Amino acid sequence: MTPRQRRITLVIGILAGVAVAGALTLSAFRENVMFFFDPSQVAGGDAPIDQRFRLGGMVKPGSVDRVAGSLEMSFVVTDFQQDVRVVYSGVVPDLFRENQGVVAHGRLGTDGVFVADEILAKHDENYMPPEVARAIKEKHGGVMPVNPDVRSVPRT
Amino acid sequence: MIAEIGHFTLILALLAALAQSFFGLAGPGLERPSWTQATRPAVWVQFLVTTLSLAMLVAVFVQNDFSVEYVAANSNSALPLLYRVSAVWGAHEGSLLLWAWILVAWTLAVALLSRSLPEPFAARVLGVLGLISVGFLAFTLFTSNPFLRLDPAAPDGRDLNPLLQDPALAAHPPMLYAGYVGLAVAFAFACAAMIEGRLDQTWARWTRPWTTVAWAFLSIGIALGSWWAYYELGWGGYWFWDPVENASFMPWLVATALIHSLAVTEKRGLFKSWTLLLAIMAFSLSLLGTFLVRSGVLVSVHSFAADPARGMFILAFLVIIIGGALTLYAWRAPLLRSEAGFEFTSRESFLLFNNILLVVAAAAVFVGTMAPLISDALGLGTLSVGRQYFDPVFLLPSLPLLALAAVGIHSGWKKGRISDRRQSILLALLGGVLLTLVLVLGVWEGAKILTPVGFALGLWLMLSALIDPIDRWRRKLSMTRAVIGMAIAHLGLGLFVVSITAVESYTSERDLALAVGESGRIDQFEYRLEGLSTVEGPNYDALRGEIRVFENGKEIGLLHPEKRNYWVQRQVMTEAGIDIQLGRDIFAALGEDLGAGRWSVRAQVRPLINYVWFAAFLMALGGVIAATDRRYRGRPEPAA
Repeated sequence: MTPRQRRITLVIGILAGVAVAGALTLSAFRENVMFFFDPSQVAGGDAPIDQRFRLGGMVKPGSVDRVAGSLEMSFVVTDFQQDVRVVYSGVVPDLFRENQGVVAHGRLGTDGVFVADEILAKHDENYMPPEVARAIKEKHGGVMPVNPDVRSVPRT
Repeated sequence: MIAEIGHFTLILALLAALAQSFFGLAGPGLERPSWTQATRPAVWVQFLVTTLSLAMLVAVFVQNDFSVEYVAANSNSALPLLYRVSAVWGAHEGSLLLWAWILVAWTLAVALLSRSLPEPFAARVLGVLGLISVGFLAFTLFTSNPFLRLDPAAPDGRDLNPLLQDPALAAHPPMLYAGYVGLAVAFAFACAAMIEGRLDQTWARWTRPWTTVAWAFLSIGIALGSWWAYYELGWGGYWFWDPVENASFMPWLVATALIHSLAVTEKRGLFKSWTLLLAIMAFSLSLLGTFLVRSGVLVSVHSFAADPARGMFILAFLVIIIGGALTLYAWRAPLLRSEAGFEFTSRESFLLFNNILLVVAAAAVFVGTMAPLISDALGLGTLSVGRQYFDPVFLLPSLPLLALAAVGIHSGWKKGRISDRRQSILLALLGGVLLTLVLVLGVWEGAKILTPVGFALGLWLMLSALIDPIDRWRRKLSMTRAVIGMAIAHLGLGLFVVSITAVESYTSERDLALAVGESGRIDQFEYRLEGLSTVEGPNYDALRGEIRVFENGKEIGLLHPEKRNYWVQRQVMTEAGIDIQLGRDIFAALGEDLGAGRWSVRAQVRPLINYVWFAAFLMALGGVIAATDRRYRGRPEPAA
């Protein structure tokens, strides 16, 4: 091969490699990206069954239920219009509390109960996950109901 | 009064930075030597006033002056002195001032160590650095002034976020910023070279040590952040693909590509325009990282600061800096043609593939980090990208990268004479495979598919990195710092891969529900809760558990995890109990009261996890050693 041919082969090889990497990245992306749904969307049947997604809202006061001494627990996530019951087994974050914003990762069962494998609550008592704040505000004419402490922006 | 001095010196710093960029750029441009010569004094002035400004901010924190809003928001009279100082960069305003100070400190270092550079070139480098200073100082002054007064003064402060009251996190921002800002030096060198339209091997020789040191700081900064997240957030992992983590990891990947590409430009005069592009990209990603972390556009576990106006300012700054540099690049890059060719098995082509794979990896991380923002901005739905995406797309380019590194570090320039070293490389591979078998079959049991692959690649790279120094030692050849540094850095990379493989393959973890006197099992380990007591710290009280850990009935550790309640912010915090052993960490974090006298306990045993951070430190150490090589000190030889 002449140097010119060799260079062209090299360039074609690199382009092919980058194209393959790009295609694999995109397919990995399509399969593994997680969408966010609020309780109204879940109740309306928008959320997929048996596919992982993020459920966000407020922990409904009085809904946290636990068998004493066990890691199994359940609570209700609400956007003040619709509720979704969540079951979870494990350690919850420090700031998991009633009337606080929460995001749960998991799957929705056919019985309408959300089985969470991960619970996120933010590390600031006034912090609201922005997506939760927006989902709730949309349903209340742009204002945040109930808890006056909740702001959409964390204190810096 | 002290706050006012700080505020005033900050204004002076902005003026000095303006003067520095004006003299540095206009002097050589209009060929006015007296202006050019004024650049270095301007750097000195900017350094002195910025230092004074930062010192004033430290002083108001140390004095507990709660009439300053920033102090009142981030400190408290009960806060220990160390954290009163680190609270200076505990939030947005102060960390920007710290950034500006580190930038001017780097600039001063460049001013002092660039005496042997042609005067106009050095002035241009300082001028570009001055422009970046102007951006950051204006940003601090106009949107995020830490010296604003609070009237009336607060009786006491709202305290530093308890999560940040930690020695590793006190050091994390300065290290990370030193890395980010160090990449500004490479960027300024690139811009100066493009303005002059001249980019020779001397240029690469000048840029290289600065970039390598910046990269080393960045490595240590990221490792400290990762270590902190491990023991402080109570989740027990070392990396979460959190957007804020990615924001620092992307510049690191591109900077890694840059230090390798600079090697080619220095030794062979090739890849010139590519090197320039990488220098621009590395600094742009640093700025983007700042934008992502500081603007609050990210949904993150630790986006501490958020303000849309600040976000817009950084975005505009980003557009000006990146847009300007890329325009300059489009105009000047065609001048920088590389003439020489190289063979397929030469070091040049190994480094070419190194660069492609690193940039592909950075692009994959970029896509995953930015997609949620873009999808959100376009109204396509709120989505999130987690480790199910990042793990495979990052591994894909990384695995071939490691194999190429194990071979490529022995390739020669230009012609490529791997055959000289073929035996040693194969011997290292054989050694790696044998050690892998020992680890998989002897030390730990069982394996996932990637476990032997990870071990073999990591061990191969470690052994391969040692070939050259051992060979030189046996043949009594000179051992330059470049050789030692390169060997240590690649040894560190190999160790990093081995330790990550062990952590990912052999971690035992489970959440347990334990009452005092009860025990729970994870694999061959048994956690027994011996007792719970109340303890008191300087600004918190805590419930402290005492947990004994047994392996196959034999006691192997005693842990004291705490659940702290910080008084001022009324925030509950988990302080994990960790027993650091030679080959593993035994970890426990207290969860919550489950009722019936039981507490939830997060129990984990992670093999080799400490070596993840130690390996990052080795890589950084290798970088620093290589950057202090003899050829970078003293006067450079004339360009080849």
